[in-house]
Amino acid sequence: MKKILRYFTIGLILTVISGCGYNTMQAQEEAVFAAWGDVEAAYQRRADLIPNLVEVVKGYARHEADTLKAVTEARAKVGSMQVTKEMLNDPQAFAKFQQAQGQLSGALSRLMVVVERYPDLKANQNFLDLQNQLEGTENRINVARVRYNKSVQDFNTSIRVFPNSMTNSLVLHLTRKEPFKAEEGTKVAPKVKF
Amino acid sequence: MKKIILLALILFIPCLGHALDVPALRGHVNDYAEMLSPEAVQKIETRLTEFEQTDSTQIVVLTIPTLAGENLEEFSIKVAEAWKIGQKGKANGAILLIAKQERKLRIEVGRGLEGTLTDLVSGRIIRNDIAPSFKAGDYSSGIENGVSAIIAVVKGEYQASQRDRQQGKRSAHPIFTFLLFFLVACIFLGAISRVLGGLAGAAGLSLIAFLVFPGLALLALAGIGVLGFFIGLFLSFLFGGGGRGGFFPGGPFFGGGFGGGSFGGDGGGFSGGGGDFGGGGASGDW
Repeated sequence: MKKILRYFTIGLILTVISGCGYNTMQAQEEAVFAAWGDVEAAYQRRADLIPNLVEVVKGYARHEADTLKAVTEARAKVGSMQVTKEMLNDPQAFAKFQQAQGQLSGALSRLMVVVERYPDLKANQNFLDLQNQLEGTENRINVARVRYNKSVQDFNTSIRVFPNSMTNSLVLHLTRKEPFKAEEGTKVAPKVKF
Repeated sequence: MKKIILLALILFIPCLGHALDVPALRGHVNDYAEMLSPEAVQKIETRLTEFEQTDSTQIVVLTIPTLAGENLEEFSIKVAEAWKIGQKGKANGAILLIAKQERKLRIEVGRGLEGTLTDLVSGRIIRNDIAPSFKAGDYSSGIENGVSAIIAVVKGEYQASQRDRQQGKRSAHPIFTFLLFFLVACIFLGAISRVLGGLAGAAGLSLIAFLVFPGLALLALAGIGVLGFFIGLFLSFLFGGGGRGGFFPGGPFFGGGFGGGSFGGDGGGFSGGGGDFGGGGASGDW
């Protein structure tokens, strides 16, 4: 009697483990898409702030046309990118997206460095407000990326371990998602020359 | 002789800690850096409790002596995620975090409040209401002004809903959940083998002790481990035994039954249980 019960429990556990793989993986993929939605929203928010920023800076720093132009162009490039869910499976498309956003980040930080030379601009209430908004958005981007990477890690691990990997290769065919990597530009600190 | 002393020393070293921990949530005002007088703490605490009851928005103040090298925004979001400020589903929480040594502060805003307490407004509150007093060294009025400003800004939303008394999660202290789990594990494993039950007891009890008292010296943990072993053995004798195959709590039981106690940094147990923070708010310094 005891033996039968023991085997029964073991059999039950195995079924439960393998059965759940099917549902968990799909739920985790959805979690990745949801986290990605947050990332996209945060990046979009940043793109929306930029026209305002350029206008305010232009009012005080007319001579910095080049820097402003770089920001506007970088923003246009980001805006022209088609962002779809399929991009998460494609390493090249994802890398391109990250690069475009990285260029915008670079252009923005150069603009912030240039702004340091204009104390009137720095004291301007509009500019201070915009700066707060920009910082808030950058923070949101960071938080969203960290959470996205975490959900990608969970998903990628889940489709590799046994027995989920079997369920995946036989039935679901879900593909590995791309995480955010450290941007190329951030490895070298920008040189500030005055 | 030297060897024994060395061994004794090693056994008494507390198990090393980690990066800056999220402090325990004590109430609306958590003045770990002791920047406020007791009267000020009381005053602000009353104000915030009242506001939560009339508006359901949960605002807490946290002052810490130092960030210990951590990044302000990263620590702030850690606190937000651990404390779960704001009512569940509404995410209407806000945290005013002040790091005394680094002279930095931040208002972390929950998603539900981002409509009124925007990054822009948070920045203005820090610049205009809090920083000037802080620069003059008057922390109490700085924080009071900041709190008043936040309350005033928020008052546009959520005016109708009165905060339900039952909503605040009175979470059981996690130790009870652990103990229960440990007991059941001992019994279950003890049914298979007496020694296994004893081992489970040793591992389980030391783990519980370590989690409840982080930094316990290795020797103490070893002692507790031995105690746990005997408890485990005892339980397996009591409930195990030859022919009785009937003791099967079953797999799902372990997962399902422990939803009541919540883990994480809160010991005060009064948080709204919600708290969806997206990283909004503003930082500043003085």
